[in-house]
Amino acid sequence: MMLTIKDLQASVEETTILKGLNLTINPGEVHAIMGPNGAGKSTLGYVLSGREDYEVQGGTVEFENQNLLDMEVDERARAGIFLAFQYPVEIPGVSNMEFMKESVNAARKERGEEPLTAAEFLKTAKAACKQVNLPLEFLKRGVNEGFSGGEKKRNEIMQMILLQPKLCILDESDSGLDIDALKVVADGVNSQRDGKRSFIVVTHYQRLLDYIQPDYVHILADGKIVKSGGPELAKEVEASGYAWLEGHEEASA
Amino acid sequence: MSQWLANVLDRASTVNDWLSPVRQTALATLREQAWPTRRTEAWRYTSLHEVAELELAQANSAQSTVNAEAPAIEGLNSLDLVFVDAQPVTDFSKLILPEGVTVTSLHGVNADQQARISKIFNQAKPTHHLFGLVNDVLAEQGVVIDVAAGAEIEQPIRIVNFVTDGVESHHRVLVNVGDNAKVTVIEHGAGNGHSMNTAYAEYVLGSETKLEHYRFAMHGQEAIHMGGSHFKLGEHSRLNSTIVGYGSRLTRIDTDVIHAAEHAFAKMNCIYLLAPKEHFDLHTTIEHAKPNGTSEENARGIVGDKAKAIFNGRIHIHRDAQKTLAELNNRNLLLSRGGQINTKPELEIYADDVQCAHGATVAEIAEEELYYLQTRGIPRSQALVMLNFGFVQELVNQMPNKALSTWLQPLLRERFSAMETK
Repeated sequence: MMLTIKDLQASVEETTILKGLNLTINPGEVHAIMGPNGAGKSTLGYVLSGREDYEVQGGTVEFENQNLLDMEVDERARAGIFLAFQYPVEIPGVSNMEFMKESVNAARKERGEEPLTAAEFLKTAKAACKQVNLPLEFLKRGVNEGFSGGEKKRNEIMQMILLQPKLCILDESDSGLDIDALKVVADGVNSQRDGKRSFIVVTHYQRLLDYIQPDYVHILADGKIVKSGGPELAKEVEASGYAWLEGHEEASA
Repeated sequence: MSQWLANVLDRASTVNDWLSPVRQTALATLREQAWPTRRTEAWRYTSLHEVAELELAQANSAQSTVNAEAPAIEGLNSLDLVFVDAQPVTDFSKLILPEGVTVTSLHGVNADQQARISKIFNQAKPTHHLFGLVNDVLAEQGVVIDVAAGAEIEQPIRIVNFVTDGVESHHRVLVNVGDNAKVTVIEHGAGNGHSMNTAYAEYVLGSETKLEHYRFAMHGQEAIHMGGSHFKLGEHSRLNSTIVGYGSRLTRIDTDVIHAAEHAFAKMNCIYLLAPKEHFDLHTTIEHAKPNGTSEENARGIVGDKAKAIFNGRIHIHRDAQKTLAELNNRNLLLSRGGQINTKPELEIYADDVQCAHGATVAEIAEEELYYLQTRGIPRSQALVMLNFGFVQELVNQMPNKALSTWLQPLLRERFSAMETK
């Protein structure tokens, strides 16, 4: 078992968002989480990453037999959790290159490896840059500074490729992307599927799942997973939208 | 009047050199100055209590025997003029000068130059700076740089003035940039010890000139430093100035940029990093006296521990200065509860067809950015340094001289990581 979430409840600014979420992920699996706006999809990523304002009020999360909820944000990252943000923050002044080099070296230090030199890192970073189809000059620019929406998403995927995490959480990595950019993101993700690395793909639309084939699809509504199934569940959502959920909630209430 | 200022007036009467006629004018003004109190607007956040009672030894040529070397900066290849307590260490007669520039000690100016240089004295520096007036009447040592019309001087000229324990000193720089000329001047102040120095520099730029200017005020925690860099801009001249301040026991810097002719451009970046109890007071003024001028000013500072920063940025757009473009921005990061930042942008606009923008912010640690770096495995303490550094690194990166920015970066980074965030 890589990740086990049991009865997770979490709130932000005193509003409860997650209301008893259960999810189990094995190594190598790709889980898609779909659901309407406001269901708590992004909150799940933030809680797993350890974001400060997101308060866990109940439940447990185990990541590789460690209590994830006890760990600091950076400890979780070094343990192998990666969150690709829906809206990555812009940090002018810190160069993308410096940022990624420090990230990669923090991970290497954790594994007891020597830090990469600037030249060694540059070589790796260039390859990753090429893989996500970003011009090399993006390495020199401030982190996400002045990047378009699509460029920010690709920059996130580049970081994922460089950091080699164990569990990748993609928070609406498809939003605002045209079809070409979407393919770049999907190809980047697929290149990292090696049978061990796991993924949580959070998305509102089925479209991304045409390119990243999930093993499981979960529907998240009102802070809980209300339905789980195979890839065919995503097609159902595509066909009928989320309107049926209201009936479901009434039925379950 | 303080005892210290009374002593200054006494000593001023003994100064007798080629600048005496212009010094006399300054002395008359100085005699009329009241000693600033906390109710004096320009000194509202900086107490001169300690200065009022200072009794330090006056610098004299004997001290210049101190072995002093300008900081080594790889790739800078500058022409270095070194002073200790304003007394020259460099032998000016042995300088190998690039063609088109004369560099002389204030003492060594020949008769031909005297008349011309006297005319630029106090042309760029307004007479309302109290310690500027003190410098006018007492600074017997310094540098005169005279760049001939059309000369493009690639080698940076660096003036380094070290202060030493227990000494009071006064240092003056006068720079005349002839039409169509280009030059880079670096003012570097350093040294610790319980000392007091004034260091003022004036730059008079002809038309179509380019001046790249740096002022590094890197005095230690016991030093008291009063100074200014002042610029009078000619037609179509371009100024690019960077000021870096470390604080010290008390540092007060005044800058004035005067658009004295049309189509001048001035860019000014200021960086200050203060800890643990340092005090840094920066007053900048941009006078748009003529139309079609442009000015861009960015001041950024970080204050940690119990340090205190004061930034007062004034833009004055005169009635005739139509089509002026002026921007002023001051950003601060406060790392600690005990630190203090006082910032005040001041706009006075008397022309109606201008674009003028200003802003001042004091931020605390940006949690969202910190979180982002942490989600990539970077420890919080390291992320703090990266973010703080990034915030001023933008300005360091904008320094046109890459040898200087490469030298400065690790110095500032080191200073950051030692800063207290409590």
